[in-house]
Amino acid sequence: MAKKLHLEVISPDEIFWDDEVDTAVVRTIEGDVGLMSDHLPLVSPLAVGRIKIIQNGKAREASCAEGVVKVRGDNALVITEAVEWVDEIDIERAKKAKERAEKRLSAKKNDVDLDRANIAMTKALNRIKLYERSQK
Amino acid sequence: MAGMGMRDIKRRIKSVGSTKQITKAMEMVASAKLRKTKARLEESRPFSLAWKRALLGFLGDLQGVEHPIITPREKIRKSGYIVITGNRGLCGGYNTNVMKAALEHMKTKNAACVVAVGQKAKDFFQRRGYDIPKAYLEVSETPDFIDAKEIRRFCVEKYMNEEVDEIYLVYTQFVSTISHKPQIVKLMPLDDEAIDSCVKSDESLKHPKELAEEAEKEKIHEIMNYEPTVPRVLNLVVPNYLDSIILGGLLESAASEQGARRVAMENATNNAEEMIEKLQLQYNRARQAAITQEISEIVGGAEALK
Repeated sequence: MAKKLHLEVISPDEIFWDDEVDTAVVRTIEGDVGLMSDHLPLVSPLAVGRIKIIQNGKAREASCAEGVVKVRGDNALVITEAVEWVDEIDIERAKKAKERAEKRLSAKKNDVDLDRANIAMTKALNRIKLYERSQK
Repeated sequence: MAGMGMRDIKRRIKSVGSTKQITKAMEMVASAKLRKTKARLEESRPFSLAWKRALLGFLGDLQGVEHPIITPREKIRKSGYIVITGNRGLCGGYNTNVMKAALEHMKTKNAACVVAVGQKAKDFFQRRGYDIPKAYLEVSETPDFIDAKEIRRFCVEKYMNEEVDEIYLVYTQFVSTISHKPQIVKLMPLDDEAIDSCVKSDESLKHPKELAEEAEKEKIHEIMNYEPTVPRVLNLVVPNYLDSIILGGLLESAASEQGARRVAMENATNNAEEMIEKLQLQYNRARQAAITQEISEIVGGAEALK
């Protein structure tokens, strides 16, 4: 059995994950990165996307917002502002957020609002996509 | 109070009694709110701490790197202060302590501007004629991540436009229900002073220099890879770090406020109880004296009739 990676995922509301895993896949701004023990030391910002955690051969997926990942030796740390398991996504809330963002994008006020609406849109779409995929 | 008649004493007992009822009620409300905010604080503490630890690690790796976020500006013309207080008083020294800490840290009035979080900070600095570019009055009691982001956005924009050359966060650290400590953390730029103030804000944090020494001892010579590039990582990661620190500050302050209010109201209730006891004693004495006098008058009257 290969060495395991100790993964920690922390959000403002909780310590989401703190356990050994076989593999973890996180989405950095450069694309998905698979992490195993003895990975090259790495620091990278996270994009809005998902985390896939594979433990004892079983895979689980969680939606994940912006943050950072830091890997050193057998330890990986993910700090993100929001994270939830795909089957626990509040789909109604995500849909409402999408509507709100659409309204704001079509109102076209100023750049700051547009930026924010765009981010909100990305997050909502990400949640909806992951949720729908998990339902299939 | 010597000359007070029975009726006056009775009236005072009643008035102190109703004050006691109010302070008692406020104490209960504060306890309930304290429980809630404390739970929130404890949930989010690992998050702030993880960010602080991660950022200190990065800054340790990046010694000597030039970047607008790290390198201090040559001339500091204006310093921005985010001061977090409550909206209401009746919480002992909570508001005053944190504002005093901020005031002591500021060099001159003209070289400082204040982003006030809470009515008390706004009033205090307005009265003293400070520049207040913005005040947030609705976040003190129940802060959340969106509030922290909003404050960070506003301040970082000011920093990037060179309206301010450094940013400090002044908040109250919740040590325990009865112990709260004003803290000042430098947010921008992330120079040595910022590192020191960040390390000081939590006992479990270690200075990057200490960590480097430890790595030296254990002979770990790993080079961190920053993907895609150091400047891009900093640009994307530092705002998230600032969010977490501001959120941490807001939550610590909110819990401290409720803790301070609970303690202040508990003391007020105890004082009221003590006062009522004393007044009750006085009242009993006055009543006894009145009875004694009446008896002696009756006796004296009967004697005179003989």
